[in-house]
Amino acid sequence: MQSFSFTKAQTVEEATGAGGRFIGGGTTLVDLMKLNVETPSTLVDITGLPMAEVEKLPDGGLKIGAMVRNSDLAFHPEVKARYAVLSEALLSGASAQLRNMATTGGNLLQRTRCPYFRDTSYSNCNKRNPGSGCAAIGGHNRMMAILGTSDSCIATHPSDMCVGMMALDATIHVSGPKGARSIAIGDFYHLPGTTPNVENALEPGELITHVTLPAPRRQSRQVYLKLRDRASYEFALASAAVVAETSGGHIRNIRVAMGGVGTRPWRAHEAEAALMGKPATPAHFRAAAEAALKDARPQSENGFKVELAKRCIVRALTMATA
Amino acid sequence: MATQESTAAKMAGSPHGIIGRPVARIDGPLKTTGTAEYAGDFHLPGMVHAVPVQATVASGVLRHLDVSAAQAMPGVLEVLHRGNIERIYRAVPNDPNATVSETRPAFEDDRLYYWGQYIALVVAETPEQATAAAAAVKAEYAAETPDVRRELEPFAGKWHTVSERGKVDDALAAAAVKVDQTYGTPVETHNPIELHATVAAWEGDRVTLYESTQGVVNHRNAMAQILGVPREHVTVITRFLGSGFGGKLFPWAHCALAAVASRRVQRPVKLVVTRTMMFSNVGHRPVTEQRFRLGAGADGKLVALQQDALNHTSLVDAYDEGCGEATPYLYSVPNLKVASALVQRNVGSPMAMRGPGAVPGLFAMESAMDELAVALKMDPVELRLKNDAVKDESNGNPFSSRHLRECLETGSAKFGWSRRTAEVGSMRRDGKVLGWGVAAASWGAYRFACATTVELGADGRARARCATQDIGTGLYTIFAQVLAEKTGLPFERIDVLLGDSSMPEGPLSGGSWSTATVLPAVAEAAEGAIASMLAVASSTPGTPFAGADAKTLRLTEGRVHRASEPAAQGVPFEQILKKARLNRVSADGRSGSAFEDPKARGLSMHSFGAQFVEVEWEPEIARLRVSRVVTVIDAGRIINPRAGANQIKGAVVMGVGMALLEETVYDPRNGQPINANLADYRMVTCPDTPQIDVTFLDYPDYALNSYGARGIGEIGLAGVAPAITSAVYHATGVRVRRLPVRIEDLLRSEIRQA
Ligand SMILES: Cc1cc2nc3c(=O)[nH]c(=O)nc-3n(C[C@H](O)[C@H](O)[C@H](O)COP(=O)(O)OP(=O)(O)OC[C@H]3O[C@@H](n4cnc5c(N)ncnc54)[C@H](O)[C@@H]3O)c2cc1C
Ligand code: SF4
Repeated sequence: MQSFSFTKAQTVEEATGAGGRFIGGGTTLVDLMKLNVETPSTLVDITGLPMAEVEKLPDGGLKIGAMVRNSDLAFHPEVKARYAVLSEALLSGASAQLRNMATTGGNLLQRTRCPYFRDTSYSNCNKRNPGSGCAAIGGHNRMMAILGTSDSCIATHPSDMCVGMMALDATIHVSGPKGARSIAIGDFYHLPGTTPNVENALEPGELITHVTLPAPRRQSRQVYLKLRDRASYEFALASAAVVAETSGGHIRNIRVAMGGVGTRPWRAHEAEAALMGKPATPAHFRAAAEAALKDARPQSENGFKVELAKRCIVRALTMATA
Repeated sequence: MATQESTAAKMAGSPHGIIGRPVARIDGPLKTTGTAEYAGDFHLPGMVHAVPVQATVASGVLRHLDVSAAQAMPGVLEVLHRGNIERIYRAVPNDPNATVSETRPAFEDDRLYYWGQYIALVVAETPEQATAAAAAVKAEYAAETPDVRRELEPFAGKWHTVSERGKVDDALAAAAVKVDQTYGTPVETHNPIELHATVAAWEGDRVTLYESTQGVVNHRNAMAQILGVPREHVTVITRFLGSGFGGKLFPWAHCALAAVASRRVQRPVKLVVTRTMMFSNVGHRPVTEQRFRLGAGADGKLVALQQDALNHTSLVDAYDEGCGEATPYLYSVPNLKVASALVQRNVGSPMAMRGPGAVPGLFAMESAMDELAVALKMDPVELRLKNDAVKDESNGNPFSSRHLRECLETGSAKFGWSRRTAEVGSMRRDGKVLGWGVAAASWGAYRFACATTVELGADGRARARCATQDIGTGLYTIFAQVLAEKTGLPFERIDVLLGDSSMPEGPLSGGSWSTATVLPAVAEAAEGAIASMLAVASSTPGTPFAGADAKTLRLTEGRVHRASEPAAQGVPFEQILKKARLNRVSADGRSGSAFEDPKARGLSMHSFGAQFVEVEWEPEIARLRVSRVVTVIDAGRIINPRAGANQIKGAVVMGVGMALLEETVYDPRNGQPINANLADYRMVTCPDTPQIDVTFLDYPDYALNSYGARGIGEIGLAGVAPAITSAVYHATGVRVRRLPVRIEDLLRSEIRQA
């Protein structure tokens, strides 16, 4: 690990002006620093900033401070009652110990688990070392993405929380040297394209201050389903977040997002389009799943994810509309 | 037959009730309070830290090493490599008392045999400085393409016959029903939670090694050879082990490196192997590939069995997994042949892992038996009962004690096997498909030589010493139980001192033989110390027993008394020692190996078991979980059913991992174990753990020792994986012959709805 200096910020201005790397729970950052993948010279501890509250907004939505820990968020009564998909997604991730440390802001910015990204003995990783190539293509790629990949990078976005937030149409609020702004979560994550090192819309020095969720539609039902190799402490092979509103056996409103398969938390617009207004039947669910995966581009070892993701969507839709 | 509870009940009333009682381990409080000192916990004054540098190619030649930058970094004392290290000797080949894991000493030549091979060692004031400097060492390689292929066939080399009887070719050709399949098991990494570690400290020409080893005596002997010093100059200390599973049986390269570095810098050196290195430098269960051919009559009686077992090994050692371990004797079959061969790969040397040979061997054999049952349309329990052996047909010897039949019958009853319907996917519960599978288990029963000392002290305590070690299974407590049995003292007044090579020589922690090995020696030593105590009592003026015949005296509940009187009327032994102005009485106990024991001669000694498994299968989402395991074990008399059941349960959990999760994956391009951490190498987590029901049959095997105890550390893992894959087949119709079972395999199931 490279030596670094450490400061603790008291205010948002102090944090964004410090010119260092923010550290929340540290469960991604310190891990990668120990591997020499991340080598910040200055760490700015932001856990003391006043952004650790969950508040109900006047419009019925929810404001989640960037420092709210994953466990606290998952067990928050408002979240459990009205944003079950988020609570379930959080609780399906990592381990209790990690969730106790992990923050909302840090989770949004967690890095991929691609083994070649995490090992600096591979010089060929476009994400870590732009223009150097991609060791994962042609390597051990079972856990890699099948959607949104490019010839430059096939790394999976590993978060569960973000998939839940995708299906809830979250908005990410940031503050930086140039002031404050908001970014819809759908616009936040970039596809790798030829620049997999640019992962999101944050500008240098910008701090995530909070996330807002719109008021849930009154009739909606929410499900997060995660399929993985073992029952706990395991990243998704495929996951699905569904927020569905049905009446008279028909789907009136639907949000479908996927994890474990995309290079970013994946919103399945095609599946949604295939379902809007349709009867909630197995045949329509399967058709929606087919639509969601029609552009899938599997690697040598992860072709099974295509079928698994489809089944995941079908089951999640079945549960959300039952 | 007795379950844990009834064993306890049976024993509670007897005077020797401590044997067979489910007692808590005496070292438990030390471990749960964090005060047990593992090798890496030793901090010595002036101690510095060593970190190895690993090669990043798996085959080729180390062309050049540039250590200048590392050497100049803060805190760095020394960078050792091939160019400047003093001689590390080899250990004498095949010396059974001084075995090493990897025969090639570190830095011996410039060849690279596997990814991660040590090429340099940095010694610095702090671990962080050493780690940083190790990362700054630059290596240039002439890299060659490594061979880390998992598939071992096609194999054109020489086979070695392990066991043979009858005419297997003819019998196979003529058999009415046949199975001919190949089964594969992957590299599994031992992954004990405690990392391998060495703390080496020289005083003049004597060295103390705080080690994480499963054999302090062997370790001392081997290190004396490797370091070129007399045995008496080496002391090895292993107070506690955070397990080893076989990976810590013998010294690895880092042990010598730490000792040599300490001698060089003249300060104590600590070297802790990292989790990543655990995947490349300290052994693994090798890949096995086994072709099994079974032939049977239409009645299910086996007529022929052939096993051709390959396992991979490294380029520097010929490690034979011994997959034929249980094959020759488990079933009755007139025509049999077991052959094996080794295939070299660019991997570190494999090493025995819990149940070596038998565990992968039984995965293949018991899978083949299940396939035979399907081919015969016969119940798999019935098939095994039909082929039960009454003697060991590989050598004609009777078994000392074999109750495989009862294991299967008891397990069937407890599991509810009679409710099983044979058809694939035919059983349902709560919207899930159920699969039920069964397999037999076996593991050898061994006893080796052991010496131990027991003393009764003027402080009123009994104390045992033995240069063996408790790998975490409860051996400290076994010693304490025997002392308590013999002296009547409570555990609070008993000290057990293990894990120091300067004590009387005890066994390696391996092969499930520790308990069977130490029992006779510690019993003899305790009896000797008591006899000595009684002799002192009868010859010490001023005690009530002065002048009495020592034969008429007893030691009970810590008191010396006349046999004709109750213990309460006696005198605490420490008072007698004080009267006699003695600090203690002590005696040695010594027992030989079962191989030299006339009582055991001509007997085939093994433990047996049966594993019954239920899996739940949700075809819609390809989710499979093991929900229930019933295990019945015939392992002689169980000395501590609590620690014993813990061993079996832990082994079953490991078996779930073997069947469904564990595999070390190598990148084919550079030979690197690519999932070398505990997040990416999947082991069972609590929610993956099934409900486990353990039953011990508890038939004493007096041929092995006077307590009738065999061993239980490994047998619980045998048979779990094939019972799971058989259950998987029963639920899904997918026969997985190449472990682990993956979602990819299960997606092939044609059962799409529960
Ligand atoms: C073994 C393991 C298993 C895991 N399994 C899962 C899983 O199954 N599912 C899952 O979803 N996740 C999983 N995780 C990931 C875990 O959820 C993340 O590590 C965690 O959410 C990161 O949060 P943190 O607060 O610790 O982030 P940090 O490590 O503190 O920060 C992460 C990044 O975000 C930046 N950052 C942090 N806060 C802010 C902010 N407010 N504004 C701007 N930048 C910020 C940091 O500079 C850093 O780059 C796992 C992690 C580990 C180590
Ligand atoms: S997939 Fe992306 S992160 Fe992984 S090696 Fe390729 S470029 Fe790097």
